[in-house]
Amino acid sequence: MSTILIIEQVLNGLQFGVMLFLMAAGLTLIFGVMGLINLAHGSLYMIGAFVAAAVAGLTGSFLLAIAAAMAAAAVAGVLVEMLVIRRLYAADHLDQVLATFALILIFSEGTRWVFGSFPLFLDIPSEISGPVTLPGGIEYPLYRLVLIGIGLAVAATLGWLITKTRIGIRIRAGENDREMIAALGVDISKLYTAIFALGAALAGLAGALVGAIQSVQVGMGEPVLILAFVVIVIGGIGSIKGALIGSILVGLTDTLGGIFLPELFKLFMAPAAAQSAGASLASMAIYILMGAVLIWRPTGLFGARAA
Amino acid sequence: MRKLLLASAAAILCATGLQAEVKVGMITTLSGGGAGLGIDVRDGFMLAIAQSGRDDIEVVIEDDQRKPDVAVQLADKMIQAEKVDVMTGIIWSNLAMAVVPSATAQGKFYLSPNAGPSALAGKGCHENYFNVAWQNDNLHEAAGAYANTASYKNSFILAPNYPAGKDALTGYKRMYEGGLAGEIFTELGQTDYAAEIAQIRASGADSVFFFLPGGMGISFLKQYADSGIDLPVVGPAFSFDQGILQAVGEAAMGVVNTSQWNKDLDNPTNAAFVETFQAEYGRLPSLYASQGFDTANLLISALEVAEPGDKAAFRTALKAANFDSTRGAFAFGDNHHPVQNIYAREVVKEGDVFTNKIIGVALENHADAYAGDCAF
Amino acid sequence: MIPEKLLNLVVLALLLAVPYWASLNDAPFTITLATRATIFALAAVGLNIALGMGGMVSLGHALFFGIGGYTMGILAFHAQSFTPLIDGPMVIEGTKSMPVIWAVAMGVSALAALVIGALSLRTAGVYFIMITLAFGQMLFFFTISWSSYGGEDGLSIFLRNEFPGLDTLVPFNFFALCYGLLVLVILFNARFARSPFGLALNAARQSPDRVRAVGLNPQRLKLVAFVISGTITGLAGALFADLNRFVSPTMFSWQTSGEIMVFVILGGVARLCGPVVGAVAFVMLEHFLGGLSEFWHIYLGLLLLLIVLFARGGLVGLVARRGAAHD
Repeated sequence: MSTILIIEQVLNGLQFGVMLFLMAAGLTLIFGVMGLINLAHGSLYMIGAFVAAAVAGLTGSFLLAIAAAMAAAAVAGVLVEMLVIRRLYAADHLDQVLATFALILIFSEGTRWVFGSFPLFLDIPSEISGPVTLPGGIEYPLYRLVLIGIGLAVAATLGWLITKTRIGIRIRAGENDREMIAALGVDISKLYTAIFALGAALAGLAGALVGAIQSVQVGMGEPVLILAFVVIVIGGIGSIKGALIGSILVGLTDTLGGIFLPELFKLFMAPAAAQSAGASLASMAIYILMGAVLIWRPTGLFGARAA
Repeated sequence: MRKLLLASAAAILCATGLQAEVKVGMITTLSGGGAGLGIDVRDGFMLAIAQSGRDDIEVVIEDDQRKPDVAVQLADKMIQAEKVDVMTGIIWSNLAMAVVPSATAQGKFYLSPNAGPSALAGKGCHENYFNVAWQNDNLHEAAGAYANTASYKNSFILAPNYPAGKDALTGYKRMYEGGLAGEIFTELGQTDYAAEIAQIRASGADSVFFFLPGGMGISFLKQYADSGIDLPVVGPAFSFDQGILQAVGEAAMGVVNTSQWNKDLDNPTNAAFVETFQAEYGRLPSLYASQGFDTANLLISALEVAEPGDKAAFRTALKAANFDSTRGAFAFGDNHHPVQNIYAREVVKEGDVFTNKIIGVALENHADAYAGDCAF
Repeated sequence: MIPEKLLNLVVLALLLAVPYWASLNDAPFTITLATRATIFALAAVGLNIALGMGGMVSLGHALFFGIGGYTMGILAFHAQSFTPLIDGPMVIEGTKSMPVIWAVAMGVSALAALVIGALSLRTAGVYFIMITLAFGQMLFFFTISWSSYGGEDGLSIFLRNEFPGLDTLVPFNFFALCYGLLVLVILFNARFARSPFGLALNAARQSPDRVRAVGLNPQRLKLVAFVISGTITGLAGALFADLNRFVSPTMFSWQTSGEIMVFVILGGVARLCGPVVGAVAFVMLEHFLGGLSEFWHIYLGLLLLLIVLFARGGLVGLVARRGAAHD
């Protein structure tokens, strides 16, 4: 296995990781500040992808499509927050799980009702399609490099937002002590809605960006949702830094596990059997990673408190 | 999802003047991610029933949600409550394996419009089970045969890590005579193929064969096209059919895929089918729609001769396959699976619509590899 | 408002009466539906012990449901194909006998619950939800690629397994077996809740520190409850496999975990018959809403949402007065 291939696979893992981060960041903020488990976060991702595909089909502009996807997901997020979620902050996790499970059913079949049962088309804009040659002779798709760039930029912006700005201070205060921040005169319900809209917009952005290289179809949100949960649990709930590190860890484990485990098994098994056994183990690898992290650190890598 | 659809045309009285109602139970996937396939099978099937003008065929349609346990429950309902004579409709092999053996064991006829697991073609075959589509391996075998004619010498092959995926690679290798640059099992439902594509690039392959049905294939093709690799790709029709092709777009152009049917197959039945399907539903028919249509016509042709109650006679009538297929000539082998031509098609663009055009015959009068193991 | 005890009796009586009526009137499918509801109820009663009494929100109970199912599938598969389960120094044969299958399914589930519980209980709250989910996903992906037992295609068992002295092929007989097990488990559950152990568990959920102060280990109490919970859900899985004569990895999917949880919450958490009401209501919704529209999941979702928002305490909470205090 050549160095070039390994570097390329590391880039792939990184790209997968930063896209997961866009999902996980919103999820971890919403959980950290509001104490809410939102299973419907994957539906916002799906809405982003579908709206992007529809708008790109109508206007031909990818930038417009992305803006529309973020706006639509944010609007959907705000509606959900105001109509449903707001009533659930005081409820226990159980009610939240059930209510947002119900939202998944509504969103999935609703999307199918609006857009039909067949996958939609969304393509990479021609300016950033195709491969580029990196130093060392690595051919790598430009679009994936752009994705890595966007993901890291969002991570940096979020980090700045949380640590340096007024709203960030409020968010951190909200994570630590909800009653206190309300007592200080911050309109807590507006803050909550704003955080929800931000998380939803990020999910919509991820859906639109990933939709261009994947299949835009009903149910596309759930697998990503589960991975995003794995990420925030590994990173520690409520921590943006944890979400970033967790995302990249999961992205690399998943990508590199799929490549190297079958190779490893080939050392002592017949190729076909090794391929199959390696692939099986690779599909379980991130869950094994998560279990191991939790057993070692029960509140995740950067989790401050038991939630 | 209970819909009673009665073919609405003037009653045709049979010779005795008394006509028994025939009840058909269709279990197929109408909701969730895989709904497009089930909807096509249903629409093709119902089109044929409507065109036959028979109003004595009652079709009970139920949605299995692509869940095996729901399919089993619906099959119980069809058999116990609806008391259907014939069953059909299942799209996925794992659902077929859950339903078909027990349905045929309870004396029902089952006509498969899509799934053709190897277990039901070989040792597990049943005299009341007829497959109107293909045995699962067939299209992959044809892809292997095409690879030989295209003189590929070093293929990279990949499929999801589940039984149908393993069958696909086995099927390809059964016919393909060249060497392998690599063989990969991906995760079922995987959406990102960057890692696999990097391996393809590094492998020194001269061609790629893949079996990735549904959304997986869409994702793979888009990412493959974007990677800049220009090795020829070959695969079974499932990733290139009408419902999916528009979502893949330019990325699919020029890809060769194998199918037992295409809309430009030159026979009058097919021409009429394509035209009436488009008029009725406002979209081009897919492979699955043609299979649904053929299944219904096979059923109708057998009903002309015998009633399902007379099992031996009805079975003989089905086996004769005396109907006009959209595929042209159609015959059953001894294990009640098709013996048919499988074509190589190429993805082309007609106006704004992506579709396929036949470029040659990959396998002629091809039967499946399991027929020898079947004894009723 | 009626007393909860009375409601429980009415629910259980109706659940018996409807299939009995169906067996007299040749409506076998109604019996199949009732059996399905009964088995789901059993799985949910199991989860309710962890969820309601122990306060452990497990989103991984599909794991035990699946283990029970696969135990049945594997044992019956070897029996029907006449191949030994384990060859080598000691030959173990498959079996078609329900009592044996049930015992093995419960044993394997208990063992799995012991290991998973011991690891998962190191965490709490959301982390607990997620780690149980992770264990479920692990086995889901494992069974998909476990080709010796069918992988994603699953395993078909051609004939229902046997129970001594009873023809299980008669739908009502099989229903009666499931129903009997459900009633037994509910009776066990009622006694369990009032036993010293149950009271201690309840206390451990509400204030672990006090429990610790009297010299009990709350984690150990919870672990025992988790094992009992997993064992019951495993038994339900074995029955479900026998109802369908089929097992597949979907039994392990996280949606299955979600559905079992929906049964509990729909009916009412920590209510003795809450899971029964929830499971029956879910099966009926699935059956009747499915007939109304292709997009019936939307209505199901709306209904669940309304219940969470406006009917805390679930369906049982809507109609029944609190019986014995649980909180």
